[in-house]
Amino acid sequence: MLDALTLTLIGLGLGFFAAGSVGLIRFPDSPSRLHALTKADNLGLGLIALGLAFQVPDLGSLLKLLLVWALAIFSAGAAAQLVGRVAVEPDDGLPDSTER
Amino acid sequence: MATPFDLALSLLVLVIAAFAVLGRHGFMAVVFFITFGLLLALAWLRLDAVDVALAEAAIGAGLTGVLLLVARSRLKALEPPLAPAPHPVLRAGAGVGAAAVTTGLVLAIPALPLSTGLQAEVMEQLPLTGTDNPVTAVLLNLRGWDTLLETLVLLAALLGVWTLAREIDWPGRAGRAHRTRPDGVLAQFGRVLPPLALVIGVYLVWVGGHRPGGAFQGGTVLAAAWIVTVMAGLLPAPRVDDRTLRTALLAGPVAFVVLAVAGLLADSVLVFPPDRAKLLLLGLEALLAVSIAATLAMLVFGAPEDRSGRDP
Amino acid sequence: MIEAYLLVATGLLLTIAVALWRIARGPDPADRMMAAQLVGTSGIAIVLLLAAAGDDWAMLDVALVLALLAALSVVAFAKSVRRAGYGDPEDAPEHEPASRPPEHTDA
Repeated sequence: MLDALTLTLIGLGLGFFAAGSVGLIRFPDSPSRLHALTKADNLGLGLIALGLAFQVPDLGSLLKLLLVWALAIFSAGAAAQLVGRVAVEPDDGLPDSTER
Repeated sequence: MATPFDLALSLLVLVIAAFAVLGRHGFMAVVFFITFGLLLALAWLRLDAVDVALAEAAIGAGLTGVLLLVARSRLKALEPPLAPAPHPVLRAGAGVGAAAVTTGLVLAIPALPLSTGLQAEVMEQLPLTGTDNPVTAVLLNLRGWDTLLETLVLLAALLGVWTLAREIDWPGRAGRAHRTRPDGVLAQFGRVLPPLALVIGVYLVWVGGHRPGGAFQGGTVLAAAWIVTVMAGLLPAPRVDDRTLRTALLAGPVAFVVLAVAGLLADSVLVFPPDRAKLLLLGLEALLAVSIAATLAMLVFGAPEDRSGRDP
Repeated sequence: MIEAYLLVATGLLLTIAVALWRIARGPDPADRMMAAQLVGTSGIAIVLLLAAAGDDWAMLDVALVLALLAALSVVAFAKSVRRAGYGDPEDAPEHEPASRPPEHTDA
């Protein structure tokens, strides 16, 4: 029963990762690609972590699993803001920002 | 016993390595290198080498990426003159030489004697080493010599970076000044992440005594905590002549050398008496973590330089 | 169950391969960087699955380190495309007058 729940959740998680990566190659410009990515992959990771939470042997591992997800969401939020700003406003006169 | 997962992973590692090395586009090569570290960590996990995977995740996928990104933007800003292309004969010679060495290495693989490794010997010695983690036992006790030299290599690298400072900037604060908006994303990020990284870094050093973890892995996470704090503009980087900094840089290697000399007087170099080994290793590991964290962070900050905020 | 975990992990490797295409293609540095972010998150998910497949939960520490350092390279990237000293992308030169006094002076 728990195994079935785990399988369903990690399967769903994989689906979100797949959607995110399709968005990454199909969407036309950087901001929309960012949009596809940040939502999809963090829900994906969340579902996989949630699915595996039914399999962990002890409380410590369960807390670690939750911490991994929380950290990933927090980092992705900050990273998306920073990358997004560079994507919208890349030209700062430095070679790196305009280089193709 | 190779599963489709292992095959796909190996293939991806090779493809990424090829792009990172052969890519003509510098920034692209750096990003490929960052992902290379991540996939290599996965490969180590598949080989049940969790210690190595931890180190690769922290250093390969984490810190090296930062170092390369910073170094690349500096190089771009300098726009160095193009070196003249070497003579065709020289290039052909280098190519032939490299091909010969590779062929030799490939031919040598079948000639290697079949070995079961040193696992049995290490497990036999483990009760005497003062730790339950065989990797820590090898790194700090059985082959402590190698680890001592590795920490000295890190220090030497930092000295190399410091020699790049201009006379008028020495001995100032390391690297550039970082400015951020106090209510901005980066400043908020810098307030939340470092406390978590401190806890996780200390945890990794501590668990190194009985399961995967240790001074290098924990030290790298501690370094990351410091780097984020400085890059978020919450703390200035230290002056390079700061006494606390210098102490932190030297604590691990000096403790290692002291233990080596003490062992020499009692028995021989870097031999720990089994009854006190556990305490000695724990202390040594803690000091090494501090030194590794300080050295890695200072490597990322760079040499003291003009902090007025003008373009170089 | 082990086969199922590895199957999902293999699927995640496929999404990594897709992201690699975006890193190779670009066109902007920001596109490459966000593709690297996707590789990072997929990698974390794979570590979780490998921990379950091998029933070795010490591997979770690797996921913890990866999640902790995930944004580090993005911070360095955001800084590296801005002018010296203007570290925060929000703090770009046009938003701030050049006369602004520098922080952390060593006077």
